Amino acid sequence: MTETNLVETNSETTFMGSAAQDKAEVDTTSSQLSNDKLIEMLKSMMQIRRFEERTMQSYMQQKIGGFCHIYIGQEAVAVGSIGATKPDDPIVGAYRDHGLALARGMDPKYAMAEMFGKITGCAKGKGGSMHFFDKEHHMYGGHAIVGGQCPLGAGLAFAIQYEKKDNVVLCYFGDGAVNQGAFHEAFNLASIWNLPVIFVLENNSYSMGTHINRGTAMANDLRAKAEAYGMRYAECDGLDVLDVYTTFKREIDRTRNAANPQWERGIIPDYKREGAPVGPCFMNVKTYRYKGHSMSDPQKYRAKEEVEAKQELDPINRLVNHLIDNNIATQDQIDEFDKAAKAEAQAAVKFANESPEMPIEELFTDIYVNPYGPYKKGGLPQMLQGKDLE
Amino acid sequence: MRNIQYREALREAMQEEMRTDDRIFLMGEEVAEYNGAYKVSQGMVEEFGARRIVDSPISETGFAGLGVGAAMYGLRPIIEFMSWSFCLVAADQIINNAPKMLYMSGGQFGCPAVFRGNNGAGGQLGSTHSWCVESMFSSVPGLKLAVPSTPRDAKGMLKAAIRDEDPVFYLESERMLGLGARGDKDFSRYLANGKWAPPSYEEDDNFVIEFGKADIKKPGADCTIVTAGRPVHFALDAAEELEKEGIDVEVIDVRTYRPLDIETIVNSVRKTNYCVVVDQSWPFASVASEIASQVYERCFDDLDNSIIRVNNDDVPAPYNRTMEQEMLPNARKIAEAVRSVTYNS
Ligand SMILES: Cc1ncc(C[n+]2csc(CCOP(=O)(O)OP(=O)(O)O)c2C)c(N)n1
Repeated sequence: MTETNLVETNSETTFMGSAAQDKAEVDTTSSQLSNDKLIEMLKSMMQIRRFEERTMQSYMQQKIGGFCHIYIGQEAVAVGSIGATKPDDPIVGAYRDHGLALARGMDPKYAMAEMFGKITGCAKGKGGSMHFFDKEHHMYGGHAIVGGQCPLGAGLAFAIQYEKKDNVVLCYFGDGAVNQGAFHEAFNLASIWNLPVIFVLENNSYSMGTHINRGTAMANDLRAKAEAYGMRYAECDGLDVLDVYTTFKREIDRTRNAANPQWERGIIPDYKREGAPVGPCFMNVKTYRYKGHSMSDPQKYRAKEEVEAKQELDPINRLVNHLIDNNIATQDQIDEFDKAAKAEAQAAVKFANESPEMPIEELFTDIYVNPYGPYKKGGLPQMLQGKDLE
Repeated sequence: MRNIQYREALREAMQEEMRTDDRIFLMGEEVAEYNGAYKVSQGMVEEFGARRIVDSPISETGFAGLGVGAAMYGLRPIIEFMSWSFCLVAADQIINNAPKMLYMSGGQFGCPAVFRGNNGAGGQLGSTHSWCVESMFSSVPGLKLAVPSTPRDAKGMLKAAIRDEDPVFYLESERMLGLGARGDKDFSRYLANGKWAPPSYEEDDNFVIEFGKADIKKPGADCTIVTAGRPVHFALDAAEELEKEGIDVEVIDVRTYRPLDIETIVNSVRKTNYCVVVDQSWPFASVASEIASQVYERCFDDLDNSIIRVNNDDVPAPYNRTMEQEMLPNARKIAEAVRSVTYNS
């Protein structure tokens, strides 16, 4: 954590309607969205932004340990894409998972408590920042091995097809994952079996400090990766939540409708037919992260000006502008939403702080669903627990 | 006892379970149209269709991970590795994902998947195809490790594995698939003299062999041999040999390395006061090392001599037949070990 970041964390940035004026406009073709939906998405993005600021602060105060990857800058990706799902459409992602979980409806209290390692966390304090799980909200985890969740996304989609449900899986990963074998194997399986999964590339241009152009072949034409597997490809502006929403809505609908008639695997979809509504889709979402890769990243690999230029396109400010310009919300209302988001983040920290410490017996739970044999009393052989057999 | 082949036992176990539970599917390379590389799944695609018997491309990371995702959703995948030697390319999925999901999610998402396939050397396949995975995987918490040695066990343990809520690694052996066939070296021959444990064969669909319960394949008073899987047969051969010399060994088939029935082992060693541990993984940090260590911790005062381990030799498996056989644990090595610990050499 550098000094500059520390200052940023504590500074009180506000979302002003004028802040980004004359910079970039949100995609107005999407304005058929209801005003309620737009405001819901704004609140959700603000919730993530304020939550992440508190997360950084708590990390500096050493309340949070381990690796911690901040989502600031990418809020529109989670909010726009998840906003286009049904609540029981499974989502699965990488370690940069706070935003996904919150956008999906996880209570920020349980998210913060997880990072504080408390029993009240969304995974009982056993997962941490990189491993958020929430069964109730169909969040199948943050997964910290780069690319490792791609086959899981295909597996969830396989199960949906197997059970003849009409859900669609959103499987998220960063641009670093594109070069992993698991990514390619999952693409191939999803394609040959026409699985209802959207592979979502949160393309923030960097895998840690390596720019995508240095690490990925054909970085400027990722469509080729989809084409290689006969898969549908789409892209959208990840700094524009309305563009993300409409693009995902379109592609999710196509996937949902495509999978159904072809329950029986082995029917290879007709890729050549123009606009064929086949199941899986590779979605390239161009986004940007303002913060370092993780809390320990001093960001020597990119210029301050680059980050600042991207901040001009801030997805929250752009939506704020849109709402004000179109008389959907007033600056006062925006301020109120922001105040609520700040209060909620603060309450989450308080909850996490005040939650009881982990009972040490928890060390030995959740290893097996059905432990039996001599392992019954915990994960270790009784010998190692100091208990005698007789 | 029914004369059923080991491979038929595996097939029957899968068929019986699949008939009653639609969530179970079998996925792997060549399992459907080709009827299984080793014909374990012969005819299954005809019965269950392509929805449930799924030919996957050669992509272990992909289909092993797909199995984990499907299991998280609530299905019951049986993932076949053509050989366990190929599981290394899927290591991330089967070590990092399958066994840790329940813990990392604080109990929310389990992984009720079975990963099965051939394990170990013995067919002159060279070192890439002869790997014995048990020492590596038995150290992973969250996994269960089943190592069946007879057709009866193979069936009962596979049914138990499929019904299990946790990820199970089920280690078969290419060298045992034909076991039990008429004229073959059959486990039933050990019943010949009547005093060895008779493995009666239940026809009941609910016949399962619970994990964590060792089987005393031959009771004896003079020395305990602890083993599992294919080496059980070597140990029984050795027992036959030693009986002629008046040494009455007890052969314990632990059946599952995880959970490990240390209680049965300990009780036996307390009775015989001598112990030999046999397993077909490499000797350094092997399963035998772990079992020996646990026995020392519990039975130090009961032991009348050191414990001897009989493992594969500490070499990659050679192609040459003579060398390969020499590398494996065998009846001669086990008998020598027993003679040596019981001061009868
Ligand atoms: C298999 C594997 N190798 C290396 C790492 C270490 N690592 C963690 S995150 C990361 C960068 C990944 O970047 P990207 O996929 O672009 O995601 P982003 O952080 O940009 O969201 C690396 C190399 C890992 N977690 N897993």
